Amino acid sequence: MRKYVSFFKLRFVMGLQYRSAALAGIATQIFWGMMEILMFRAFYEADAAAFPMTLQATCSYVWMQQAFLTLFMAWMMEGEIFEAIVNGNISYELCRPIDIYDMWFARSMANRFSKALLRCVPVLLISVLVREPYGMAAPVSAQAFFLFWITLFLGAFVTIAFCMLVYICCFFTVSSVGVRMVAVSVVEFFQGGVIPIPFFPEKIREIVELLPFAAMQNVSFRVYSGDLAGKALEKAVFLQVFWLIVLIAAGKGLNRIAMKKIVVQGG
Amino acid sequence: MVLYIHYFKIQFKSAMQYKGSFVLTCIGQFLVSFNVFLGVYFMFRRFHTVNGYTYGDILLCFGITLMEFSLAEAFARGFDSFSSILSNGMFDRIMVRPRNEILQVLGQKIEFTRIGRMLQAVVMFLYGVGKSGVEWDAPKVFAVIFMLLGGTALFSGIFLIYAALCFFTTESLEFMNILTHGAREYGKYPVNIYGKKVLSLCTFMIPYALVQYYPLLYLLDRGNLWYIFLPAGGFLFLVPCYGLWRLGISRYKSIGS
Repeated sequence: MRKYVSFFKLRFVMGLQYRSAALAGIATQIFWGMMEILMFRAFYEADAAAFPMTLQATCSYVWMQQAFLTLFMAWMMEGEIFEAIVNGNISYELCRPIDIYDMWFARSMANRFSKALLRCVPVLLISVLVREPYGMAAPVSAQAFFLFWITLFLGAFVTIAFCMLVYICCFFTVSSVGVRMVAVSVVEFFQGGVIPIPFFPEKIREIVELLPFAAMQNVSFRVYSGDLAGKALEKAVFLQVFWLIVLIAAGKGLNRIAMKKIVVQGG
Repeated sequence: MVLYIHYFKIQFKSAMQYKGSFVLTCIGQFLVSFNVFLGVYFMFRRFHTVNGYTYGDILLCFGITLMEFSLAEAFARGFDSFSSILSNGMFDRIMVRPRNEILQVLGQKIEFTRIGRMLQAVVMFLYGVGKSGVEWDAPKVFAVIFMLLGGTALFSGIFLIYAALCFFTTESLEFMNILTHGAREYGKYPVNIYGKKVLSLCTFMIPYALVQYYPLLYLLDRGNLWYIFLPAGGFLFLVPCYGLWRLGISRYKSIGS
């Protein structure tokens, strides 16, 4: 365990170095958030009764989405891992006395968390300053705030566990382009990255909420503003834990098969 | 022009060398923008209209914007990867050749995979044509053509700025994505739904509204006839972009090896 922790620390500090990239990202995300909210406002004005969440909750959702973008976006996968699989550098990593799954997991965690840490504070600060109801609201209760953090981490873990599956798939396909593109599009849409899940048509929504993708950003962002509470919340958190276990188990299993079959081509 | 056609052929042949990868990337392009379309579709299942625009109207608007963007991205892709042309010293080689630099930069990369996105844009546009019930006559057809031309020019201009800024910074700047990808993302709805401020910004600063919103009003029988000539603003926009590019070249000191 200790080696993974130190690996995490190393990568985390490395991620914190990219400050100017973060600055550019922050500017982009604030702009993105504002446009998104203006769009939702137009729909709200068109038909307020059809709005599935309160406008305030939607705006908070958008801001959190921008602030914690790096935790949940599937395209934030590590290019280095794909490269290592393609160019054979993977063989060095396999020589080390560590579990490759755990190591990559720690690495993805470090990458995502360090980037999120750099970006979330400025975005959230600015979003709090935006006037009501377009800014970021306070959490509905202390309990919701507490649950927000827990589900945020759970969601991030589910996202990482899913990305791990994509990495491992590359052992079988070598070229990662196709798998990656499909995975990224599917994750982005079904986790509520394009529009929040409550905006989906009712029937589709019921199915989507059971999928692992709904266990990513959807839960924590909605807990925060009280949109998800009571029984529905219990179910959502249960699904998060369930999917996390399933995805990790699947990843580890697949990884074992891949390791048996792996052939390093060339030197 | 002959030279560009030559570049075009070479690029096309080289893309065809990797057919599997080409097809996959096309499909990927299709999927990514399909997401956005699904988002719009779901929103309209719920809300039906926004600011007086129906689903069909929005599809028209989205389809046209996406076509403009795909065309610009396919042909002006060289600007997008300009930072690497600069930093690997390729630009020095371009400078010593007795041909126009922009032409050569453009010829470096033509992205044929954008056809996936283009295809979707065309399908969406046709669907929008059927759905919105616009009665077509000559001025309206011209309006669409002008929109496409003006919009492609506008987006190419933005890519040109993107490249020109690389002269000053060497690195490409992520926040420029706001102008390119942001405009594609949010260009799916007519600009005025984002409110007055955004509309005037998009009319006078970066003339998105001239190629998108005003001609669209004419298409939907809500605007004057002269609105169809506004996309010329897209070409006008190329002038300051080109100015910035010249300024960049004049300050250019060789970098890289």
